Formats: sequence, structure tokens, C-alpha cells
Amino acid sequence: MLIEFKDFSFKYRAQAEPTLKNINLAIESGEKVLIVGPSGCGKSTLAHCINGLVPFMYPGEITGSYSIDGNDPQKLGIFGLSKIVGTVMQDTDGQFVGLTVAEDVAFALENDCVKESAMKQKVDEVSKAVFIDDLLDHSPKELSGGQKQRVSMAGVMVDDVKVFLFDEPLANLDPKTGKSAIALIDDIQKRQQATIIIIEHRLEDALYRDVDRIVLINDGMIVADMRPDDFLSTDLLEKAGIRYPLYVEALRHAGCQITPGSKPQHIESMDLSGYRQKFLDWMQSVTLPKPGITKNVILSINDVGFSYDKTHPVLSDVSFDIHKGEMMSIVGKNGAGKSTLAGLICGFNIQDSGTILLDGEDITALSIKERGEHIGYVMQNPNQMISKPMIFDEVALGLVVRSKPEDEVKQRVADTLRICGLYEMRNWPISALSFGQKKRVTIASILVMDPELIILDEPTAGQDLRHYTEIMEFLRRLNRESGKAIAMITHDMHLMLEYTNRAVVITDGRLIADDTPANILTNDEITERAFLKRTSLYDLASKMGIDDAPGLCNRFIHYERSLKDGRQSSFV
Amino acid sequence: MAGRVLSYEKKDTWIHELSGVTKLIFFLAWSITSMISYDTRVLVVMLILSIAILRASKTEWRQVGTVFKFILLFLVINVIAIFFFSPYQGCEIYGSKTVIGHLFGNYYFTKEQLFYEANIILKYMTVVPSVFMFIVSTDPSEFAASLNRVGISYYVAYSIAIALRYIPDIQDDYVKIKNAEAARGIELSKKAGLLSRIKNTTPILFPLVFTSMNRIDVVSSAMELRGFGKNKKRTWYRGKSLRAADYAVIAFAVIFCTAALIITFRGGSRFYNPFR
Amino acid sequence: MKFKFGIKEVVAAGIGTALFVALTEIQIPLGFIPNTALQPRAALLAFLSAVFGPIVGCIVGLAGHALGDALFYGSVWWSWVFPDALFGIGVGLFASKFAITEGDFTGKNLIMFNVVQAVSNAIAWIVLAPVLDILIYAEPANKVFAQGFFAFLGNFIITLILGTLLGVGYSKIGAKTGSLKKED
Ligand SMILES: Nc1ncnc2c1ncn2[C@@H]1O[C@H](COP(=O)(O)OP(=O)(O)OP(=O)(O)O)[C@@H](O)[C@H]1O
Ligand SMILES: Nc1ncnc2c1ncn2[C@@H]1O[C@H](COP(=O)(O)OP(=O)(O)OP(=O)(O)O)[C@@H](O)[C@H]1O
Ligand SMILES: [Mg+2]
Ligand SMILES: [Mg+2]
Repeated sequence: MLIEFKDFSFKYRAQAEPTLKNINLAIESGEKVLIVGPSGCGKSTLAHCINGLVPFMYPGEITGSYSIDGNDPQKLGIFGLSKIVGTVMQDTDGQFVGLTVAEDVAFALENDCVKESAMKQKVDEVSKAVFIDDLLDHSPKELSGGQKQRVSMAGVMVDDVKVFLFDEPLANLDPKTGKSAIALIDDIQKRQQATIIIIEHRLEDALYRDVDRIVLINDGMIVADMRPDDFLSTDLLEKAGIRYPLYVEALRHAGCQITPGSKPQHIESMDLSGYRQKFLDWMQSVTLPKPGITKNVILSINDVGFSYDKTHPVLSDVSFDIHKGEMMSIVGKNGAGKSTLAGLICGFNIQDSGTILLDGEDITALSIKERGEHIGYVMQNPNQMISKPMIFDEVALGLVVRSKPEDEVKQRVADTLRICGLYEMRNWPISALSFGQKKRVTIASILVMDPELIILDEPTAGQDLRHYTEIMEFLRRLNRESGKAIAMITHDMHLMLEYTNRAVVITDGRLIADDTPANILTNDEITERAFLKRTSLYDLASKMGIDDAPGLCNRFIHYERSLKDGRQSSFV
Repeated sequence: MAGRVLSYEKKDTWIHELSGVTKLIFFLAWSITSMISYDTRVLVVMLILSIAILRASKTEWRQVGTVFKFILLFLVINVIAIFFFSPYQGCEIYGSKTVIGHLFGNYYFTKEQLFYEANIILKYMTVVPSVFMFIVSTDPSEFAASLNRVGISYYVAYSIAIALRYIPDIQDDYVKIKNAEAARGIELSKKAGLLSRIKNTTPILFPLVFTSMNRIDVVSSAMELRGFGKNKKRTWYRGKSLRAADYAVIAFAVIFCTAALIITFRGGSRFYNPFR
Repeated sequence: MKFKFGIKEVVAAGIGTALFVALTEIQIPLGFIPNTALQPRAALLAFLSAVFGPIVGCIVGLAGHALGDALFYGSVWWSWVFPDALFGIGVGLFASKFAITEGDFTGKNLIMFNVVQAVSNAIAWIVLAPVLDILIYAEPANKVFAQGFFAFLGNFIITLILGTLLGVGYSKIGAKTGSLKKED
């Protein structure tokens, strides 16, 4: 047995309760295991136990026993473990320690005193395997998210480790790049006969290539440890608040009882014959509402062009409108210029050409602060937004600055924290939060200020379905009830379909489409160019022989909507 | 913000080819000599050499122009300050007093003072080109590696590498944090009052420091996970061993600077005195 | 005393230096003396030394000041580099007494921190810097002592306010053992 936990528990020094409870887990050599679970359930903590950061970096109390490759991890120490376990961390920026790609890849070799020539050879070999061989001289600033991910992988691959540990490798990757990342992980396993452990919220994307087992963690305990086909046939995911792959979810909505025999792991190879009739009937039964569209422009972007260094344009001739009371999305591949565009709207940078109009008035001359009174922006990286050590103070900050009365501040902050699922932790320091929890803090700190236009950069990165739904439903209510305009930058195609009526596609600095999400996803040319990906509902439709795939998506979304609204009214 | 800072640029000159340590030794020897010597003849020769070296490294005005203007401003202020604090420092040093003009009150221009201050400017100017040359032509990663090669502990050498690696990131953070704060309504106001001016920096300083503390945790975990500090030694991907040209430059620097100091002190003091 | 120089200290010295360099840009001009301004980076140096000890303090002071000078001003004013290093060492020597990371930076520890920073500042700026200025550059004594005195005053004030606040803030982040519970 390569990795074995027996009745293992771990409590962080600062915590009153253990974060991992009674873990029993065995992973054999060569296995590929996917770990899923809601945000903050202890996935990263478990990973840290395997690579030694717990307890050496994050001290705490361990009870029970565990062994890695037959050794006691506490005796091996981090160095000993690093020969066995290679980790690609959740935060790829932190992982990138070298000044250039080549040095970063070579880092582990340097520490092992490998000779220069042997080192160069190994770096060349590995960087070819992950297709970064033409980037060797680049600095981290010059890389896109997907490229950084590859560099991190290469940095771990140089050290012939037995176990590869990936903590959310897909967060922040565009759909196509995410897919190739999963393919890459799979290739690594095949090539090096390694054991792979992947922690990922995007279950469906992670299942793009076969895994041997799925381990579900909830609240620090292992709730399930099964083969994927078996696992997808249970209702455990629903109970834990995690999304099934969309096609499974659709079949479940249609009342189909998923069985392991139908091989639900991949839609391509799934046997749908037993579900077909039931599914088509369900399709028939869901009726669609007429979309109501408002046409009052709140923000208008006209022919905007921008470049950071005045030589390489990052955005050129981008034009589109955001309407009052609209929820829209901005999509496109990594490095397309989406975050840059959001920065221009907020005044972080000033466009080189073109105009931006807010309520019909040119805002070029307005300061960031003045724009901030109307526009709220949740940035992609939560660490750059958080300025207070404590959660409550952080969320209250915007209101305090605007000198709101204390009672009102307290009330509004408490309400917002509840929406974002952080109320129980309101008096915690930010440093004790998981990645997804931090992201929610930044969302809360903008929501609490109640701006007219809200721009969210990857709001659902690192979130589980429950929190995703809570946040998105809240945004939707804001949008419906107070007519707020909401723009979301996202890589999640289903989010785009589910919550927004319109999407603009930006690729290589140009706007290449402005249409309904369904139309965009059916246009091959656009999805190809923008690295988008159709959701598995499209595959489901084609396998079921349904021509109107967007219609299926709509019905699926509408059906879920009616479920949610039903639930909403029951507990609000 | 990043516009004013000097940074490394890859070019193809023999100076770029030299090891970072060679350039560091040269730079240190050069600046120590110009610090100590007040011998005008030595300083003039050094200035001419410095400029020649800067040209050989193909440094362009666009790379250093803004910083250079800044230095000039700084220097002018300092020179004026010296005059007002101590108008006869030069006379004391050179032991004579040749008045050439009257400013006001007790402030007279003297030849000695002018000469003394000209020497200060000269001292400054001999160092500046060597700093420029050192920074624009030294690849930071190679520099860290060569620091270790010449015997500095690789822990310390790597600290320097990390510093160079993270300066742009932290500058970037600084801008982003400032923007995020401003968007939430916190702006650096220019209100007078020292206390409020100090307080005004906290909304940016604090998140910057605290994210950096967080970063220290993350980066040190990442390094530890990849075996940093496992062995007494480590090798370097970008390391360069010293070559003949390096030894030649080091030898030149040592011989030149020793000679310069000998010439300087031959008269018994470090000041060259044209007034006697 | 915290004389350890492990991986964390390597990184702290590196990132601390980078921060120090980046902060070179934030200056609060005093307005009435040439070339002097309140420098928040002095508070940062005190804070880092107080958390990570004298070696980190020394490296950040030395490398940070030299690099910052070189990158932003194109020359290195050595007589002012060493005082910063000395200041880092001075505050760092007492690092374990301040208990910032243990979440106990209040009352006595806080006063202790400020006494230590005041003394270190005085030695660095009123004694070392002017002496080096005279020895190295033969600058007029009254000028360099005046400059040194104001540098001391500026750094003392900024550390007193910002350095203390940083310490208190950071101390709060490191939650006490077993103190985090979910509340309703
Ligand atoms: N350094 C720490 N000190 C104290 N508590 C911590 C620390 N790190 C994490 N925790 C707590 O442990 C719990 C699990 O965190 P962990 O990072 O393992 O979650 P996760 O499952 O990886 O979540 P996510 O999907 O959001 O990354 C969280 O509730 C968090 O508050
Ligand atoms: N501060 C900066 N300085 C220089 N170039 C930058 C800066 N920020 C971003 N860029 C470059 O601008 C381009 C667009 O970046 P941007 O962050 O807007 O992309 P994005 O669409 O948000 O990508 P992602 O989906 O990965 O977040 C990229 O090529 C990036 O390298
Ligand atoms: Mg995690
Ligand atoms: Mg982005």
C-alpha cells in the first residue's frame, strides 16, 4: 500500500475542532484517485498531510496513524516525503519560485546537486513533454494561467516521484486548457506509472479521463470511496452539495435511476438506452417561459483599445453594452484580456482609444473612487483585495469608509456574510480560511456596498455547488428585484448558460461574438477560436437524438430553476 | 510605477558575458575607491573609464534616462545643502581661502569650496555609470548563482534571487491593492497634518505587508516541498563559471584601485590640493 | 534569540527585501528639510526584524537599501546602507521578546519594542550614519549630524506609529491556539 491512513485525525493548532476526522483511506501504487468535497471540507488539509506540510509547516495535533510508501511521514520529514510525493499547489503563483521557466523547472534538480549538463538535458526533456519548451526564458509575468500550470507540473515531473498530488489544477483555466491539463495528467500517469491524486471542484472536467476511484469528503470525514460508475449512481453528491456531471444531473431530473452498468463516467461511452424514453418524456413536460428583455443601457463600451506597454495591444476595438437589469457574461480563453477590460471599466487603467459611458456619460475623467460608487468589481485574485486581518472588518470596510451608521453596518455585514456562507466564521482571521472561503469574503465585501453594476471575475472558481448556488441565486435576486446589472467573467460554460442571457466572447483582445450563450456554444467557429467548450448536455442531446440541444439546455436550466425557486420560497 | 526603475536587459556585449560576481567585485572596488579618494586626477580618470565602460555595455538613454535625471536633482539639492550648512568646509580642507564673490551675510563663495563641491559631484558621477552598467547588464539568476560560487552561503544567495524575482510581483500587487481600495472608496487624500498623512498609507501598506507575509508562507512551503535546503550545497541551472575575461577584469579592478589609492594617499592626505 | 536561518527566513529575507525596495517609492515628505522624508519602509524593516530576527533584519536592511538605492536612484549611498542593516540587527536581537507571532504583542512587549527601536534608531542614525558620512565622504559635520538627527526622528516616529500598528495587526492574525470555533 502506497498511502494509508488509519483512524487519522488532524486539528490545526488554532482550531478548536479537528479539521480531519477519522480518516481511513488506502491508495495503491499506480492508482488515480479523485478527491471531491465542498469548499472548506478539508481537501487541501488532507493533501498537506500527504506531502508533509502538515504537521511540519502547519502545526497541529495528529491522532491515529498513517504511512506513505511504508514509512512514517513524521520521520521522513518534508524532504523525505518530497522524494515520494510531488505537489502542484492550489496557488500556482506561489509555486513559481524561479526567475524564469527553465530555472523553476530545474529547481528540484538544483537542490539535489544535479550537474549542470544533466540538468539542462532533463529540463529540455520534461518541458517538451508538457509543451513549454519554447517558453524556457520567460519570466512568470509573461505566462498565462494555463502555461503556469504546465510549468508547475514540469517542476514536479523532473523529480521521479511516485505520487503526484494536484490541488485544484483546473481553477482559473479556460475549458479547453482545462481539458488539456487533465489529458496531460493522464499522460504523465501512463508514462511514469505514477500514482495520481487530484483534488478538484470541477468533477465533470476532472472525469474527462478515467479515474480509478472517487473519494468524497464532507466536513472532514470520508463519506464515500468508490469507483466512479458506482459513485455517480448514488445520491451522495447531492447530499454533499456538489454538482453531478451535467448529463447525469439531467438524467436524474428526468427521474432516471442511474445504474453503474450504464457506465456514467463518460457521456461518450455511457449506455443511454435504458433512459431514453423517460428522458424524452421529461423533455416534453418542461415548458419554457418567454424571456423578458430590458433595453436600457447602463454601461456602454465603444471601440476601446488598450495596451500595457504601448506596443502590444491587449484589447482592440472592443464594443458592447451592458443593460440595466441584465445578467451577462464575458468569456474567452486565458490571457484574452477579460480582467484587463474589467480594470478599464473601473478606472485602474485608462483606455488608449475609445470611450466608456456610464448612464450615457463619458467616465474617462472619473477617478477609481468615483467609478467605485456605481461599479463594484470583485477581482480574480482574492489576496489582492483583502486589506483587513479579520473577516468582519474586511466586509465592513466599504461601508465604514462611507461613514454609514454602526447599526446599519453591523446589520448589512451580517446579512451579506450569511448569504456568502461565512456568518459562522465572522470573527475569524482571514488567514484561517480556505481558498474558496477567501474568494467569498471578497464577493461579500462588494455585495455589501450595493453598487448598480457588479462585475465579478471568476466568482465561482473554487466554489462547491451549494455556495455557488447561494451566491448566484443572491445575485439573481438582486438582479430581478432591484434591477442591478451584473457582468460575470467566467470559464464555466454552464454558469454562463444558467444565469446569463447574453455573453460577449473576447479572444486575443478582440470581441468576436455578442449573442445569447446558447447561440455562442452552437457556433463551432467561435467555440474553437475562444477555447470554449460545449457542456455535456450537448453531447447528451446528440446521443439521445435530440436536434435542439440549446432547447435541452434551456429546459434543464428552467427545470432546476423551478426546483430552486420552490426551495427558496420554503426557507426564505 | 515600474517605469522609473532600472532593470536587466539582454544584450550581446562582452560586459553582458561577464559573470555577475565579476561585475559586483568591479562595482564594489570602484565605489570604495571613489568613496575614499578625493584626488581629482584619479576621479577624472575613473569618470572617463566609467563612461567608456557604460558605452561598451551598449546602455541606452531610454534605459537609464529618467533615473539619471533624478540623480542630478538629488545631487544638486545635496550640493546646495552642503554649501548652506558649511560654506567654508573646502577652506578648512585645503587650508586657504580665496574669496571670489559674496552671496549674503556670512556666505562668501570661495574657490576652495567650489573645488571641494566639484569633487563631491565628481565622486558621485564616477559611481553612477558603474551602477547602471551593473544593473542593466547582470542577469539576476546568474548573479545569485555566482554569489554562491564565490563562497556566499546559498541560502543568502537565494534570498537575493527571491528578492529580484518578487520585486515586480510586489509592485504589481501594490498597484492592484491601491486600485481595489480606491474602488471601495478609500483614497489617499492629500490632507495636511503629519499624522493623517502617515495614517493614509496604512490602507495600502497593511494589505501589502500581510499578503507578503502570506506569500512567505506559501513560497517557503513550495520550496520546501521541492527540496530546498536538503543538502549542504546546490547546483545552479544558470550558473556561469569564471572565465579568463572575468579574471582579467577582476585583476584590472584590483590593480587599478590599489594604484588609485596609492596615488591618492601619496601626498599624506586623501585630498588633492591644487591651492598649495 | 532567533538566530535560525532556515527556509522560512531565506524567503522572508528575499520577499522582505523586495517589499522594502518596492516601498522605497512611498515617502511622506516632511517638507522642511532637503532629502528627508518619512519612510514607511523603516517601519517595515522594524516589523520584519521583530518577527524574523536579526539575520533577516540585517539582510533586508543591507540588500533592501542598497538595491532600492541602486534601482531607483542609480547609486548607492553606503553611509546610509549600513545604519539600516544595524537597525535591523538591533531590533531583531530582541525578536523573541516581542512575541508577535505568539499573538501576545500588547502592553509590556509593545513598549519594549518601541524602546528597542528607539535605541537602535539612535545608534544607527545619530551615531553611525554621520560618522560614516564624515569618514567616507568628508562631508561637513554639522550637516551630517543634522541630517542624521532628522533621519532618526523620522524613522522613530514612523516606526512608533506604523511599526507598532503592523505588529499589533499581525499579532491578531495568528489566532491563539484552539481559539477558532464556528459561532451561530
Ligand atoms: N492554517 C490554518 N489554520 C487554521 N485553520 C485552517 C488553516 N488552514 C485551513 N484551515 C481550516 O480548515 C478547514 C479546511 O480547509 P482546507 O483548505 O483543507 O479546505 P478545502 O477543502 O481545500 O477547501 P477549498 O475547496 O475552498 O480549497 C477550513 O474550514 C479552514 O478554516
Ligand atoms: N500588469 C500587466 N502588465 C503587463 N501585461 C499584463 C498585465 N496584466 C495582464 N497583462 C497581459 O495582458 C493580457 C491579458 O491579460 P488578462 O489578465 O486581462 O487576461 P484574462 O482574459 O483575464 O485571462 P484569464 O482568463 O487567464 O484570467 C495577457 O497577455 C497578460 O499577460
Ligand atoms: Mg483547498
Ligand atoms: Mg483574468
